[in-house]
Amino acid sequence: MIGYIFRRVLAVIPVITIVAVFVFLLLRLTPGDPAAIIAGDAATPAQLEKIRTSLGLNDPLPVQFATWVKHLFQGDLGISLISNTSVSSMIADRIWPTINIAVLTIILSVLLAVPMGVLAAWRHRTWVDYAVMSFSVLGFSVPVFVIGYIFIQVFSIELRWLPVQGYTAPSQDFAKFLSKAILPCLTLATIYVALIARMTRASMLEVLGEDFVRTARAKGVSETVVLFRHALQNAAVPILTIIGTGFALLISGVVVTESVFNIPGIGRLTVDAILARDYPVIQAMILLTSALYVFINLLIDVSYSLIDPRIRY
Amino acid sequence: MKFSTKSFEGIPPVLSIENLTVGLTGNPGAKPVLNGISFKIRAGETLCLVGESGSGKSVTSLAAMGLLPKSALEVTGGKILLQDRNLLDLNGRQMRDMRARHLSMVFQEPMTALNPVMRVGQQIEEVLNTHVKISAKEKKQRVLDIMEQVHLPDVDRIYRSYPHQLSGGQRQRIMIAMALILEPQLLIADEPTTALDVTTQRQILSLIAELQAKHGTAVLFITHDMGVVAEIADTVQVMKHGELVEQAPVETLLRNPQMDYTRKLLQAVPSLTPRPARETAPVASALTVQGLRKVYGSSGWLVNREPTNAARDVSFEIPRGRTLGIVGESGSGKSTVARCIMRLIDPTEGSVKVGDLEIATLGRAALRPHRRHIQIVFQDPFRSLNPRWTVGRSLVEGPLNCGEDKGAAMTRARELLALVGLPPDAIDRYPHQFSGGQRQRIAIARAVAMEPDVLVADEAVSALDVSVQDQVLKLLDELQQKLGIAILFITHDLRVAAQICDDVLVMQKGRVVEHDTAANVLGNPKHPYTKALIEAAPGRDWDFANFRELNAASA
Repeated sequence: MIGYIFRRVLAVIPVITIVAVFVFLLLRLTPGDPAAIIAGDAATPAQLEKIRTSLGLNDPLPVQFATWVKHLFQGDLGISLISNTSVSSMIADRIWPTINIAVLTIILSVLLAVPMGVLAAWRHRTWVDYAVMSFSVLGFSVPVFVIGYIFIQVFSIELRWLPVQGYTAPSQDFAKFLSKAILPCLTLATIYVALIARMTRASMLEVLGEDFVRTARAKGVSETVVLFRHALQNAAVPILTIIGTGFALLISGVVVTESVFNIPGIGRLTVDAILARDYPVIQAMILLTSALYVFINLLIDVSYSLIDPRIRY
Repeated sequence: MKFSTKSFEGIPPVLSIENLTVGLTGNPGAKPVLNGISFKIRAGETLCLVGESGSGKSVTSLAAMGLLPKSALEVTGGKILLQDRNLLDLNGRQMRDMRARHLSMVFQEPMTALNPVMRVGQQIEEVLNTHVKISAKEKKQRVLDIMEQVHLPDVDRIYRSYPHQLSGGQRQRIMIAMALILEPQLLIADEPTTALDVTTQRQILSLIAELQAKHGTAVLFITHDMGVVAEIADTVQVMKHGELVEQAPVETLLRNPQMDYTRKLLQAVPSLTPRPARETAPVASALTVQGLRKVYGSSGWLVNREPTNAARDVSFEIPRGRTLGIVGESGSGKSTVARCIMRLIDPTEGSVKVGDLEIATLGRAALRPHRRHIQIVFQDPFRSLNPRWTVGRSLVEGPLNCGEDKGAAMTRARELLALVGLPPDAIDRYPHQFSGGQRQRIAIARAVAMEPDVLVADEAVSALDVSVQDQVLKLLDELQQKLGIAILFITHDLRVAAQICDDVLVMQKGRVVEHDTAANVLGNPKHPYTKALIEAAPGRDWDFANFRELNAASA
């Protein structure tokens, strides 16, 4: 087990390296002088030269790369061209809202979707199944911002149960965090509930037809035990894959929701950086999201072997 | 042959099924799946339910357990009395209480019947968790106790093992332990040894008999294997198309079958006596294998496993028009050899010659044009044909790949269907429209369509009923005589080997232990392993087809 995790972690290194090289080259190989891009149209040659020196652009490429990687290891992701503050501290400020929202969303999605999928599979081809499947199609097809505005209209404006937008850190005031985060999370969750419920249903349908489910019934155990103890764990691998990918997508894909609900997360940071051509921030965001994907994939792979003792690589 | 002679006069029945009818759910007009079945089993009695696939054996047992798939099958009439309680009157909860306490079931495939992600000890313990209230310590003790009773070695370790870490026989012992831990009055065993090797089968059969004697359990034993019936039955029920055909004590049934169907069923049982070998004309060799070796799992990047020799030093030769059988238990390497010869996997070393052509070392591309000379028929005709392709498309795929003209290939496909005894309109139908035996005929036609010199049959009749088995074996024999193909026949079933093979090669743990004519290997085995295999074949002293002892003919 330990050996397996160790090998999987080692296998991450080449992936991250390739991403790092790509991100590094992104700025260096863009057509034109990076210093000119950074400095903008109105820059004087002296300003350009200053930027070149400060970025080390006069060194050969491998040296530049080595310096850049060294800085990465020191947690130095560069300086934002717009705000002139360090990129790492900008991200550190913005990442927690995003992570908190993503975690709450995934928890909500799993709590709703897995029982829905299990029920739909258990009551295959009855109204329960059809209801779950219809909801699932709906959840896929309605765009996130529409759902978001509908929720705001109903729960915030008409019913006045919840605030319209904004964000409070859970460490500050957990109740306030929940009241503000619940709508964006539900909005985001819709599509993941649809996805996870579908996957759970399909996976459970397959497992429920297997011999060991019949064995469990022949032992006289209750249906709840059959479903949740015997069947669900065997159906878990594809469900977990969807949840993991969903989580990674969430972190990188919260742009719209953060805009609609005015949450100061990394989604908005990225949008602002792209609009302002703030290259160091863009670079850092690409690096961060790639690393996140790799890490979550690693986590999923390791959890497979915890769920299913037959999986040993 | 020693048959059971126990008498059950005056013993009250544990299970009586009265006039049981099962039909398709929501389709009362359709022909019932079970049509008025009645029988009784008494304490300590073993009743064997025999019949071909689709005769309703398993439906009967699942009905008794209350485990019929509700969306497909429902009981439409009759009674299932377990010691005077009609199980059909119980609600879901009451029925769950009965299971494992009063009646239990052991299934066919011990690999899939156990939950793969749960330790086997816990799976047995779950029965106790569900039905009795005792302390955790007591539970564990009882589980270890029943594991001892089913003769599992090193019970503390096995308690913590997962199913995939155990052998097939051990898994079936776990299933039996699970079924018997609460000492139910009735044990239903649905083909419990069909997926096991003969030697393991023998152990499991004697284990069931031992526990039955100890606890006085009534056993409903479902099987299609007449050999097993001869070994263990007290009473035999023959079923056909959802009806009971004949019931009798075992010896009466095997000696004096009354009904035509029973006689036909018994006559189809292949004899263990090898058929007379054909004359050996000095013909060219179709397949020559020399020093074949396959090693799995040598060390790779950061992985260091002990390499496994799946096959080593395998050498043989098959002349045109003859059949060589490879027999052995699971894991003996027989399928590895077949796959190496087919080049579905690459042999580690050795030579495989088809005619004069060495194919063991050819590259993938160089091999392709020669693939047609050696074709394979797989075990399971339900999975070896593409379900979304018409039979015709499956038949012509190979010839088309070899550059044949489509029209000519279709004409040839029609001829082949006639050759394997299928109607010409079969060409436009899909595999699911055919029975198992018909599908295996299609699979054979597909292989023969390539006009191969060598046909590899990997357990090609093992999934079929005996009567169908007999037909398919005859078909192979006919094809061989017409086309002069050399056949490599892989089987675990000595009876089948005796019927079709000229020569037999016995494999154990990747090695050839005996290789001679079928008559010599089966009639006068030299190697202790071959002897053990023959010894373990159930019902080997009985000549089923002639309703008498095997040695009666010579005596």
